[in-house]
Amino acid sequence: MVDTERGSSPDPGPPPDNGWRQEYWKKNLRLMIVLLSIWFLVSFVCGILFIEQLNTIEVFGFPLGLWFAQQGSIYTFIVLILVYTLRMDRLDDEYGVAERDEEGRRL
Amino acid sequence: MSDIQIWTLVFVGLSFGTYLTIAWRSRVRETKGFYVAGQGIPAVANGAAVAADWMSAASFISMAGLIAFLGSDGSVYLMGWTGGYVLLALLLAPYLRKWGKFTVPEFVGDRYSEYVRLIAAVAAIIVSFTYVVGQMRGGGIVFSRFLNLTIEGGVAVAAGVIFLYAVLGGMKGITWTQVAQYTVMIVAYLIPAWTIAQKMTGFPVPQVTFGQILDELNALSQEFGLEQYTEAFAVRPQLDVFLVTLSLMIGTAGLPHVIIRFYTTKSVRGARFSALWALVFIGLLYTTAPAVGAFTKLNLMQSVNGVAVDALPAWVNNWAATGLVTVSDSASTITTLSNDPASGADLIVNNDILVLATPEIAGLPAPIVGLVAAGGLAAAMSTAAGLLLVISSSVSHDLYFRVVKKPTSDSRRLLVGRIAMGAAVLVAIYGGINPPAYVAQVVAFAFGLAASTFFPILVLGIFWKRANAVGAASGMISGLAFTGAYMIYTLEVFGTSSHEFLFGISPEGIGALGALVNVVVTVVVSKLTTPPTEHVQEMVEELRYPARRVTSPVAETE
Repeated sequence: MVDTERGSSPDPGPPPDNGWRQEYWKKNLRLMIVLLSIWFLVSFVCGILFIEQLNTIEVFGFPLGLWFAQQGSIYTFIVLILVYTLRMDRLDDEYGVAERDEEGRRL
Repeated sequence: MSDIQIWTLVFVGLSFGTYLTIAWRSRVRETKGFYVAGQGIPAVANGAAVAADWMSAASFISMAGLIAFLGSDGSVYLMGWTGGYVLLALLLAPYLRKWGKFTVPEFVGDRYSEYVRLIAAVAAIIVSFTYVVGQMRGGGIVFSRFLNLTIEGGVAVAAGVIFLYAVLGGMKGITWTQVAQYTVMIVAYLIPAWTIAQKMTGFPVPQVTFGQILDELNALSQEFGLEQYTEAFAVRPQLDVFLVTLSLMIGTAGLPHVIIRFYTTKSVRGARFSALWALVFIGLLYTTAPAVGAFTKLNLMQSVNGVAVDALPAWVNNWAATGLVTVSDSASTITTLSNDPASGADLIVNNDILVLATPEIAGLPAPIVGLVAAGGLAAAMSTAAGLLLVISSSVSHDLYFRVVKKPTSDSRRLLVGRIAMGAAVLVAIYGGINPPAYVAQVVAFAFGLAASTFFPILVLGIFWKRANAVGAASGMISGLAFTGAYMIYTLEVFGTSSHEFLFGISPEGIGALGALVNVVVTVVVSKLTTPPTEHVQEMVEELRYPARRVTSPVAETE
């Protein structure tokens, strides 16, 4: 369920009509849902809903819940967007929809 | 003139000189036919421009101070204003870039219909205007402190400079000027933060070290009769923290002046990377801010704790002249501290001065104080220029042009746009002098309004083909009405009286519920009315794929 793109087999020849579109879009949506779940987890769950419980744990002087709310969530957000951009690059290539100039370089 | 004032003038003069030079040079190149602001900006530069455009006086001047006084609950601003970029990157930026129109109302006009475009234009004006008020106040605080003016005078000077700047340099929204502004802003923020971290903890990375002082901060806070700094939900109830964070996130993703920026990239991929770079640049300031808040709070309390009123450090008197720091007449030594004028504490410090006063409170040399002032102005100017641009383009491009329905010349539209800008500045001066709240809070209201109007109909417009014009129009109007009504109900704005919060929900957090209202109304009304035309649905389908499919594998195309 989670983290599936890696296992997908290479494009099996010309897919019937617009079937690739659905497949591409589904993979995009799946990636989005996984990333947004993590987004929700680090900010709303760790930084707000369970902040008091996590605050009982202390790391380098920071109560852990506070650390998530003021530091950890921001670092995670950056990583999430990074993962999204790299994965989408690969997905675009896999389905041949990446934007390229006449020489085939990425735009 | 004091050392601090001289250094402030030097840095402000130098930085403004740089912005104007860049703006002027870009214009020269443009007349040669070189399309600078066209779709050829590298993602890194565009990311820095987004960061400057978006990080305003609220982020730079106000936020760390708010966190210092809110403690743990100040996290709403940190998570809210960064988490929105995840939504922007995943849900909006690439698709709006693919669509390729220039403003949010334009997209709305194509996707839904012309009258929805009018509603969107009005909403864009309301949102941007609320936001500008926050910038006026922020710029006003800087000028009032460093030019020895009253806060009213400071706001008037700031308004004048912002107006000139928007007309001269900001008119074309020149990306490179904003890159320069980001640089000034971040240098001005990080240098004092590093210095203070080094001074107080012996290691110059504030993100890592501010954990060390939290215990001390908690203990001293209690001595001053304040809540423990790390105590969660001391100031805001949990529900409100949740809703404010969510409102700020979805508001960020719906702000018209931020979305515009993603049209200047080369490609859909460029839009994704711009969002990434923007958050990297913003994150640099945002992970530093809570450290600045904590260090400054501790410094502040240590420097006044039990000190006699006539022996207070110099910064207190420097800032007392602006009226933003007051020492109680009845106090002989300082034993209580607050940010609330009505609290009756011995020392009352307005949140909004803390970042600007940080170097003074920590006893850093005058050049650093001047640098911070220049950074604060860069933050206010870059954002205000972007906002005024949205207001003027919405008025001239989306409203005037549609309502008059006569073919109008470019120069006439430009004139209408400039008049709109001027009018917005005048009303914003009034708002800046009589702000309904602190800068970061005023700005948070703008986010709430953006959250409840734009974000839902943009996302539904992209991800749900069935969303139609009637649905979007009813959704936006009900979202805006709901959110606006609650804000007016709970705040004293333009002479209304304020009421108690319902369920502890602050006006900053209502945007999240407004967005929910918007979604529900849009979906229900869309379902009950006719679907959009085949043509529109096909356009939405096309948004999903960055480019036309190349059937053979890319490596073999050559």
